[in-house]
Amino acid sequence: MDGSARVAAWTEADLGVDGNVLEVVRAPAPVLATVGDAVDPVAPETVQLAADLVATMRVSPGCVGLAAQQVGVAAQVFCVDVTEHAKARTTHGTFVLCNAEVVTASRNDKAREGCMSVPDFTGDVKRGSRLVVRGQLPGTGEGVAFATDAFEARALQHEIDHCQGLLFLDRVAGTHAIYPRQTYL
Amino acid sequence: MSTDLHAVTVLGHDRPGIIAETTAALAGLGLNIEDSTMTLLRGHFAMMLLCRGAAERDAVEAALAPLTAGGDLDVAVRPVTDRPEHAAPGSSWVLTVHGGDRAGIVSTVVGAVASYGGNITDLTTRLAGDLYLLVAELDLPADGDATAVEAAIKAAAEQVGVTATLRPAEADEL
Repeated sequence: MDGSARVAAWTEADLGVDGNVLEVVRAPAPVLATVGDAVDPVAPETVQLAADLVATMRVSPGCVGLAAQQVGVAAQVFCVDVTEHAKARTTHGTFVLCNAEVVTASRNDKAREGCMSVPDFTGDVKRGSRLVVRGQLPGTGEGVAFATDAFEARALQHEIDHCQGLLFLDRVAGTHAIYPRQTYL
Repeated sequence: MSTDLHAVTVLGHDRPGIIAETTAALAGLGLNIEDSTMTLLRGHFAMMLLCRGAAERDAVEAALAPLTAGGDLDVAVRPVTDRPEHAAPGSSWVLTVHGGDRAGIVSTVVGAVASYGGNITDLTTRLAGDLYLLVAELDLPADGDATAVEAAIKAAAEQVGVTATLRPAEADEL
């Protein structure tokens, strides 16, 4: 099975543990500016963290991705699910990646981003709309590499940035590219 | 058209119509608005504009005087001269700073920029809850060492407990 099919076939049931809903950390919490440690994808604490991230994403309205930093853990783990999003084209359902990195990113596209950890602002950020990423699946530790595009590509880059201690604020296009907002969704 | 250039600032409590009244008064004097910027800072109206025309400063002030009648707006008019063109530009960068609010973040970080001859061309700061955010656009001299500037900015940011990111300003040439 190629990486794309393997990621698409993955579900949180593969983890074999129930996730706990955790509190989402907001800036300026220092953990959000901390580079995450690489993790052992088969370690029980990583598996539990993966399940917790999915559970927390599920109960958060509008949330299409959540990184470990956002629940207070400086680790390179995040979940994504853009299935229901109108701007999504290629989708892989719900998945969690450990130690993920961007292999290639091309066709830069600028769009407005928000973040549960930065509820008072949105900002225009330029990111690749054609993306190849690689990482490891929690639980089995399988290495996967796959291509995606459009909104899923943006979500992946946003979450990988979190794992590197970066917020979308660190990538806004300029002084007139940030916007206040009163409520998160 | 005259080369007289006036800098007008309007500051105070926001209400509908301030821009309309200001620009109508200036237009009535035959002044041409060349550059302007306006924003709300925590609900306070703040506008600066440069306008050119033959009117005397006293006439501009008199035309704008009705704006101040309510006592909640301040208007200032001052003559300015056309500045000489900048020397050949170096490189353009975007600086983001964010972290817990405290006094001295802006002065400390932009001080590092200035110490390397960097010139800030646009600056926005925002406070939301405990989160203080600064985004600036800046030019570095052609012979500037961007790596050294970035290191100085990050050191300054660390000094006041915030995070700083310096990235090249991107422009799409079409």
